Amino acid sequence: MSTSLLIVQTLNGLQLGVLLFLIAAGLTLVFGVMDFINLAHGVQYMLGAYLAVMFYGLTGSFLAALVLALLAALAFGLLLEFAVFRHLYDRDHLDQVIATFGVILFLNQGVKFVWGAAPLSLPMPELFSGSVVLMPGLLYPVWRLVIIASGFAVALLLYLLVSRTRVGMLVRAGATNAPMVSALGVDIRRLFMVVFGFGTMLAGFAGIMIAPILSVEPGMGDTILILAFVVIVIGGIGSIRGALLGALLIGLVDTLGRSFAVDLLRLFMAPSPARTVGPALASMLIYLLMAVVLYIRPTGLFPAKGRG
Amino acid sequence: MSKPDAKAASRFSRADVIAAVIFLVLAAVPLAASMGTESYLLALVTRVMIFAIAALALDLLVGYGALVSFGHAAFVGLGAYAAGILASHGINEALIALPVALAVSMLFALATGIVCLRTRGVYFIMITLAFGQMAFFTASSLAPYGGDDGLTLRTRDTVAGLPLLAGDHSLYYVVFSCLLGAYALCRALIASRFGRVFRGARENPTRMATIGFEVFRYQLVAYVIAGGLAGLSGFLLANATDFVSPAYMSWQRSGELIIMVLLGGIGTLYGAIVGAAAFLLAEEWLSGLTEHWKMIFGPLLILVVLFARGGLVGVLMSRTRHD
Repeated sequence: MSTSLLIVQTLNGLQLGVLLFLIAAGLTLVFGVMDFINLAHGVQYMLGAYLAVMFYGLTGSFLAALVLALLAALAFGLLLEFAVFRHLYDRDHLDQVIATFGVILFLNQGVKFVWGAAPLSLPMPELFSGSVVLMPGLLYPVWRLVIIASGFAVALLLYLLVSRTRVGMLVRAGATNAPMVSALGVDIRRLFMVVFGFGTMLAGFAGIMIAPILSVEPGMGDTILILAFVVIVIGGIGSIRGALLGALLIGLVDTLGRSFAVDLLRLFMAPSPARTVGPALASMLIYLLMAVVLYIRPTGLFPAKGRG
Repeated sequence: MSKPDAKAASRFSRADVIAAVIFLVLAAVPLAASMGTESYLLALVTRVMIFAIAALALDLLVGYGALVSFGHAAFVGLGAYAAGILASHGINEALIALPVALAVSMLFALATGIVCLRTRGVYFIMITLAFGQMAFFTASSLAPYGGDDGLTLRTRDTVAGLPLLAGDHSLYYVVFSCLLGAYALCRALIASRFGRVFRGARENPTRMATIGFEVFRYQLVAYVIAGGLAGLSGFLLANATDFVSPAYMSWQRSGELIIMVLLGGIGTLYGAIVGAAAFLLAEEWLSGLTEHWKMIFGPLLILVVLFARGGLVGVLMSRTRHD
């Protein structure tokens, strides 16, 4: 367990955390403001990655692919909202879970139909493709640092939007008491659409940013969706701050757990059972964390006011 | 099911009649299958009934207690793994394996239920999902028992030394009896005093608590019973497929179980059987049409949610009511 490994894994953890935040932010807003469980949020992330690959193939420029894919992801998200989701806002959570599960089935198979089942990849932009020396003998890929930086930039932007602008004020009010906001003369449907579109774009952005490091394949959104739900439940539904802290916590715990679980267990276990138990324990660590948090605080660490 | 005579007819509701019809059809399937020499049909309907047991248990929670468990597949998987692991150690006796399967899944339900039932609504959905995922990852890491690849059962379990589960027909009737028993148990439970308190807690837990019932205990007992029934389904699944895999516990499987309940008609019990049949038959039929069957099934699901409130049973019922 050397220091350099610890630093690298901490950075990896931060990078996963930032990625989770980009997805969880949209999820928690949609959830908090509209009381809508959108399981299909993960496929928006997958779609962002696929669209980026497609536009990169057409334009040959990462920047152009990023912009076009973001716009396409937004357009598609709004189309879904218009066609399906808007009819579900008044339904109970069970209906929402099932209908958005249907959207997942359709889109996971849909990308297979359009782009094939084989994993695709997106080349890294030339400028950021190298590594930097963090310490003597410790190299770290620039792109991962770019992801971390862009994630924190988005967090800052979101914070300013939510706490300093009029729309942000309405979003906060909506998360606390949507019917009251509507009664005061705000077009809540339009607010919903803005929030939804923004959340979709963030998820798409996450997909585009991660595409150069991960393989782009059908179903890539499912795992991350579950993690994002863990994040918002730990953070407290409807709270951006909770989503950020929850995401960083989950990212770090998961990454560090996976790297060091076996070593830690070997401190008080024989090597061979430690090698068996370690990975299992590591992959369930975040769920254990979630169970403990919910046992102590049944509405998460930072519940939006007026809920629970 | 006993045939209701004229005097007792008033005690039997429409639900009982529908359930009786369903069970009569299920009991007649092997006859039809033997005429068509289709063991394929027999295996398919056996599978339907096995999942119907799990869906039935879930309907008990979702339909009557508003407890939307998103980790129900974990109990199925635990039951299956209990049978699989015992079999891999040479214990092929159902009289041992079944009680172990039930005990494991019920204990898991008890332990997780104590935590989960502290939360409400969305948080309950998410925490049950979390426990489901924990079970999934534990199963995936069981290297001595196949890990990700799962575990193949060399022979099916015997019941008191008799090969009751070995033949397709006898397995069918064993599963059929289990489903009938599970239905009768849930039906009796719902109608009992216990069931009335449990249903009252769905409507208004605060009021039930004020009247003097400790809602948590009732919900916990129901959760443990539902877990045990799902474990039974898992035990049968392991024997029917001769195979156990972590995929039995995946969150997608839990989602499918919820879909079955909703598809058939929530809070009706027999709807869970109809839903399991509709889901698995649609899957079988569509996947025979095209490999991209999920592109048809997904939108179908959305349409059912948007337009067929009350599930398939609800749609059929409203049709007959208009006549």
